[in-house]
Amino acid sequence: MLVRKRFLAMGAGLAITGLALSGCAGAGSTSSAAKSVTLTLATVNNPQMKDMEQLKGSFEKDNPGVKVNFVQMEEGDLRAAVTADVASGAGQYDVVTVGAYEVPQWGAQGWLTDLTDNLKADKSYDVGDILQPVRDALSSGGKQYAVPFYGESSILMYNKEMFAKAGLTMSDHPTWQEVAAAAKVLNTPEHAGICLRGKPGWGDLFAPLTTVVQTFGGAWYDENWKAQVNAPPFVEGVQFYVDLLKAAGEKDPVSNSFTECLNQLQSGKVAMWYDASVAASILEDPKTSAVAGKMGYVHAPVYKTKESGWLWSWNLAVPKTSKNADAAVKFVKWATSKDYQQLVGKTLGWTRVPPGARTSTYSIPEYKTAAAAFAPITLDVMNSVNPKQPGLNPQPWVGIQYVTIPEFQDVGNQVAQLVADAIAGRTTVKEALDKGQVIAQAAGDKQKK
Amino acid sequence: MTTTLEKTFSPPRKPRVAVTPALRKKGRQARALVLPALIFSIVITQIPFLVTIYFSLLNWNQLRPSEIKFAWFDNYKVVFTGPDFLPSLISTVIITGSSVVLSLLLGLFFAILLDRKFFGQGLARTLMITPFLVMPAAAALIWKWSLLDVNVGMINFALKLFGVPAVAWNTDFPVLTIIMMLTWQYTPFMMLILLAGLQSQSREVLEAASVDGAGPWRTFQFMTLPHLRQYIEIATLLGSIMLLQAFDPIAIMTKGTGGSKTLSYLLYERAFIGLDVGQAAAFGVVTVVVTIAVASIALRTLFKVFIDGGER
Repeated sequence: MLVRKRFLAMGAGLAITGLALSGCAGAGSTSSAAKSVTLTLATVNNPQMKDMEQLKGSFEKDNPGVKVNFVQMEEGDLRAAVTADVASGAGQYDVVTVGAYEVPQWGAQGWLTDLTDNLKADKSYDVGDILQPVRDALSSGGKQYAVPFYGESSILMYNKEMFAKAGLTMSDHPTWQEVAAAAKVLNTPEHAGICLRGKPGWGDLFAPLTTVVQTFGGAWYDENWKAQVNAPPFVEGVQFYVDLLKAAGEKDPVSNSFTECLNQLQSGKVAMWYDASVAASILEDPKTSAVAGKMGYVHAPVYKTKESGWLWSWNLAVPKTSKNADAAVKFVKWATSKDYQQLVGKTLGWTRVPPGARTSTYSIPEYKTAAAAFAPITLDVMNSVNPKQPGLNPQPWVGIQYVTIPEFQDVGNQVAQLVADAIAGRTTVKEALDKGQVIAQAAGDKQKK
Repeated sequence: MTTTLEKTFSPPRKPRVAVTPALRKKGRQARALVLPALIFSIVITQIPFLVTIYFSLLNWNQLRPSEIKFAWFDNYKVVFTGPDFLPSLISTVIITGSSVVLSLLLGLFFAILLDRKFFGQGLARTLMITPFLVMPAAAALIWKWSLLDVNVGMINFALKLFGVPAVAWNTDFPVLTIIMMLTWQYTPFMMLILLAGLQSQSREVLEAASVDGAGPWRTFQFMTLPHLRQYIEIATLLGSIMLLQAFDPIAIMTKGTGGSKTLSYLLYERAFIGLDVGQAAAFGVVTVVVTIAVASIALRTLFKVFIDGGER
């Protein structure tokens, strides 16, 4: 009630202030030739982005007059803030981190600056070096709307010491049944068997869970946009996930997503973790991780499919509404250039180079040595996943752990909340997914039109 | 007794003054002076509300900007026939209601303790107020990571000392988690208002009561509590208004699971995750109407308990 009123009132207030300020700026800009620009960058609070913030001084030094202001948010909040800003044309941000899910949709809507020509014209940037599958995911109608800052798939990470102590081994391509059996053995009062995301949100809980569902033979929609959420394979996949969490998962799963699981793994509170491959580079950093050198990395566990990793990239894009587009594009290119990777390697350490974006990253000698534990598998998995058909059956969209329709974040979120209730035991998986089916079908119907 | 006192000391009625031109001018002047403030408050509160009502009649999903059109009451149909509104209303009542009652009781308790003179009273008072001064988002993060974390949280550490296994708060008790945090945050607020009430109580009346042979409990029941009535009312009213808007702990800790999806969080979800401006506006309008209705009925019935013989 009052929230809404206050929100609107604030909006009106801001609009008026904005008008007044833009009026001032218009008058001022004619007189001052050497303009100073402040770029506002909205980004997820992942460690790689924090590294970027730490190194922004180098960009500011090379581009006098340009200041970069970082606004860091949690994944879900960022998505909401950026979507609202871009969709309403408020123009609050000059550079935004956009997930692979939104780039093609927003590009097609005309919300993002087309970067195709600018990137091709710049020989030193070498756009052809960017991984082809990732580039495809970021294009719509042959135009590239964003550049990947880092790309990732999902892998299974395990603590080799704990495995050795328990007398267990891990195969390179484990099945979910093997993983569940191992997790139950490794689940002790000191550490949990496996950490799996349970925080409600389509980008949190449903990123790993969708890949589990797919390898169990399920999918969000069939070829005709009929929702499949309470179909047997979907239910079986979710039931497996929930059971595994109950039997051998971390405590309080609803609190946990990427960052929380990472913390627990770093402090040796869990034995295994199925999550983004990019985590490996953080776990292998001896400065912050207590388990560096003790970890093993294998392909995502499977059941009925051959490969089950997801494909994701965090990308930098410039909204059409940005008032400093030139400087913004410059920054985007700087942060995704080969030079930036060298800068990260030399100042912060070679394990912290953003992975999964450029092929050349994997031929930097220092990186190959420093990231020997996880670089080969990352490249291998990213090349073997198939975003066109990740599950058993064909699907009418390109994407693995998400559906590229505007309604999906809403659907995924609501169904994730229902599944969280099932994780806590307040409802059964079937009941939760029956409700989810109705929500998913409503969104599916909109695609049929 | 109070009634007689009031009657004796009530000021004499003002004689009716004839309206002279000078007085009329004065009135016009006064109104002119108030006008800017009045216009300002209308602009920033009522116009946005009217705009919200207009939005609520639109079919407007931000992700489909080409399909904006007038949809009459479609959004209200979704509100009343969809599965979201009623559970959310119930959650709001449970979370707001219990947090207000609990923080009021605790606030009263601490106010009575702090009303006494003791060494370090000022320090104790400042420390007691602190939770209310912490930003809600920061407080929610402190609760999530430092207090409730299942591995390193202080509450679970304390429970372990008593042999109780660690509790997965957000997973198993989302509603309780939110109520706990809100109570923690709003107890100081209630305490401050009630403390002001206690300190305005005349010592002579209390002395007289003790001379008449009333024990501490009877003094509290028959003297202090009636005296505090107005303070309790205002604390409840302000507390309810503020707690109805509680958002941060839900967004940071439970994400609306397990019955913790209050109306304010639902609104946020419809507007910023569903990106459905029309629907969010309809939810907003209905929420305002329901809140006003519930608040006025609840406040009236609730305070009949305190009102002696229908007199205020």
